[in-house]
Amino acid sequence: MRRSMLFLPGNSPNILLNANFLGSDSIILDLEDAVAPTEKDSARILVRNAITSLKYTKEVIVRINPVDSPYWEKDLQQIIPVKPDMIMPTKVGTAEDVKIIADYITELEAGCGMEAGSVKLIPLIETALGVENAFHIASASPRVAAIFLGGEDYTADMRCKRTKEGTEIFYARSRMVACARAAGVDVYDTPWTDVEDYDGLVEDAKFAKSLDLQENLQFPQDIFRLLTKFSARRWKKCSMRKTFSSALKRQRQKAKALYLSAER
Amino acid sequence: MIKQKACAGTMESSDIFVEIEPAAAGAGIDLSINSVVFTQFGDAIEAVIRETLEQLEVKDAKVTVNDRGAVDCTIRARVETAVCRGKGEE
Repeated sequence: MRRSMLFLPGNSPNILLNANFLGSDSIILDLEDAVAPTEKDSARILVRNAITSLKYTKEVIVRINPVDSPYWEKDLQQIIPVKPDMIMPTKVGTAEDVKIIADYITELEAGCGMEAGSVKLIPLIETALGVENAFHIASASPRVAAIFLGGEDYTADMRCKRTKEGTEIFYARSRMVACARAAGVDVYDTPWTDVEDYDGLVEDAKFAKSLDLQENLQFPQDIFRLLTKFSARRWKKCSMRKTFSSALKRQRQKAKALYLSAER
Repeated sequence: MIKQKACAGTMESSDIFVEIEPAAAGAGIDLSINSVVFTQFGDAIEAVIRETLEQLEVKDAKVTVNDRGAVDCTIRARVETAVCRGKGEE
């Protein structure tokens, strides 16, 4: 059961250490956007060790870098041998992207003596091309267990503004549900990204549920509030709220700064 | 063999910052540890670092670490990253 899937930056030991205790059903250890290009090597080794040593009791998903980047093969080389439950490929635009990744995982599984097909895929669809090809992506390999919408990058690709109301992603959400149902896989909604807007999260989750999409959470405090039903007053006093908010903000600022630096 | 000076990790809580430098053949491991929990875990940290270096077949190097309360899997990860970078493998 995946009521909540929590994204966690892959190069932050303090957050990886606490991943088991943040209340989500799945954890998504991120090697992509949350990790600066100069730290990709560091993050994949840390995530590999964390999966091996910290004995996570949650479903473990690892978000890898896109197939058009120089990182995805190294990500898989480090991560597949420690047997994550799922791999989340990013910026998946076509069925061919899925096949390339699935074939490489098959090769790595064989090299490790693992059962073929044991690691599942949950492609992240976050481009106009990906949304249009969603059915083919969902049907591309028996490894695909679900598809997942990335609303932020999708709206950037569509050259429109991302709003809390989400009118601009209505088509993508609806199409993803139809394609997933047709292909017989699960489908998950784009993460809610405003750390301070709990009411917005609830409204967005209600709307997503009306479309038969599973809402996703990007921040630990949202899970605490939704799943453990913290009262607003108690929540404001919760020391973990401040800790996780500031840690995640620092991480994002740092990653963003380094991305900008690399682009120059 | 360590070819160049390299580092890995951060100074954030629960992390460890590892610096590694080449050393002459036969010089062995020159290890310097600064840790917020050195009194309690200094010996354990040293053992983990030396074991990781041995697994990675690093025999000669100068290693300086600044530990902020990292657990074993983090120490091993940061040492491995520093060694890979020092060997020019990344």
